[in-house]
Amino acid sequence: MRQRKWFVLGLAMLVLTVLTLAGCGKKEGNGAGGASPSSSASASSSAASAGGTSALDAIKSRGKLIVGVKYDTRLFGLKDPASGKVEGFDIDVAKGLAKELLGDESKLELKEVTSKTRIPMLDNGDIDLIVATMTISEERKKQVDFSDVYFKAGQSLLVKKGSPIKSIADIKKGTKVIGVKGSTSVKNIAEKAPDATVLEFDNYQDAFTALKAGQGNVLTTDNAILYGMASQDSNYEVVGGTFTDEPYGIAAKKGNADLVAFVNDYLKKLQDSGEYDKLYEKWIGETPMKE
Amino acid sequence: MLDFTILTDNFGTYLRGFGNTAYASVLALAGSFLLGTLLAVFRITPVKPLQWIGTAYVEFVRNIPLLLVVYLFFLGLPSIGVVLSPFACGTLGLAVYTAAFIAEAVRAGILSVPKGQMEAARSSGLSYGMTMRLVILPQAVKIVIPPLNNQFINLIKNSSILSVISGFDLMFYADRIASDTYVVFSTYIFAGLFYLLLTLPLSYATGWLERRLARHD
Repeated sequence: MRQRKWFVLGLAMLVLTVLTLAGCGKKEGNGAGGASPSSSASASSSAASAGGTSALDAIKSRGKLIVGVKYDTRLFGLKDPASGKVEGFDIDVAKGLAKELLGDESKLELKEVTSKTRIPMLDNGDIDLIVATMTISEERKKQVDFSDVYFKAGQSLLVKKGSPIKSIADIKKGTKVIGVKGSTSVKNIAEKAPDATVLEFDNYQDAFTALKAGQGNVLTTDNAILYGMASQDSNYEVVGGTFTDEPYGIAAKKGNADLVAFVNDYLKKLQDSGEYDKLYEKWIGETPMKE
Repeated sequence: MLDFTILTDNFGTYLRGFGNTAYASVLALAGSFLLGTLLAVFRITPVKPLQWIGTAYVEFVRNIPLLLVVYLFFLGLPSIGVVLSPFACGTLGLAVYTAAFIAEAVRAGILSVPKGQMEAARSSGLSYGMTMRLVILPQAVKIVIPPLNNQFINLIKNSSILSVISGFDLMFYADRIASDTYVVFSTYIFAGLFYLLLTLPLSYATGWLERRLARHD
């Protein structure tokens, strides 16, 4: 009887702790607004529109632009283990943004994000912008504000050379498709090839390693990333062309219209000056397709 | 506050992950218990080569990260032509890893039975094997239960390693829910509660067993 009483009491305390913690978490999320200048302007969309400094001013007064980028994606954002430098198409775009806004491309702080962490980090005010191979989608538009398209990607397939899989039509029941958790490509493949088994990993490196280990038959994500993998290991090739239209956009926290407008202006300038084509060729190896 | 719609909207998904986590845990628990006990016996037998095998296994496996053990099955086996499912790799890795810790707990239990028990049994004419089975192990069981409970709880929590290799466990589905809904905090809190559904009854059951066995003292 005594034992049982203690057990019930313990359980009650546990539940209480969980609920208290839950309350704390929420408060911290809002409270962080006061701590960092970037999120004070954008703690919530209503607060931002109600007044206070804009996100753009907050970045200027801080003197530093904080951008979330991938560290594991060849050609877009990859950390070179030897030099410790992060390099890629996304990084150059981020540098350009910092130069345009603050006059110096070194006034840029890069933070690593993954497909899973980027929106929470943006919401928490850890980063000002996401430039991380992020596809513009209707679902995501509810969560963040997107800039214009800065890279036209499409989903494709990466297989070992000689694989019987040549296109999306060859993905049948029992085919193991590898993707990255939280990415649009995983949802697309579930729609387009519902019979396939989809294995999901935390990042592209893990996904490619699993493909190389023979844990799956095909890896699917945006072609741009797949080309990067194929350039890393010549035993693998991109097949079947693209079967989706996945435009990459730069994301800002919801309600930061001035920041988005600034990014769009910069992107337009980049296009008009021909700088964009150079950047594209530098990383992707070919000139962008014109409509 | 907690967003309870996450739980109600994704209940089926949570349940699928919970089922797989429970399944992996039970399999790994049984496997690690058998292997661990065997290793403990290896380590205390008078037979030297068996002692070496037991010691080498325990010292090697418990001193490397669990992730490496799992990768050994997930990425290592395919290089010799054996491809197991992610779920199987994770469960095997868990069993192999936990066995090292269980071996130590069981060994400590056996060694804590007073030496006189072994001497008395042997001088009454029982063989080494019979002494172990009839005299030493029944006494060791009581001592071993609390540390075993610890290891089993760790095993259940460690089963979240399956999410890293796409093992479709509770944490894997929690990751998926979090990336689908962008609600991170509540999603993982509910996942934590599902883990408690496994670990709390286990603690309670072993507590009960402990008290029951103590009755004969």
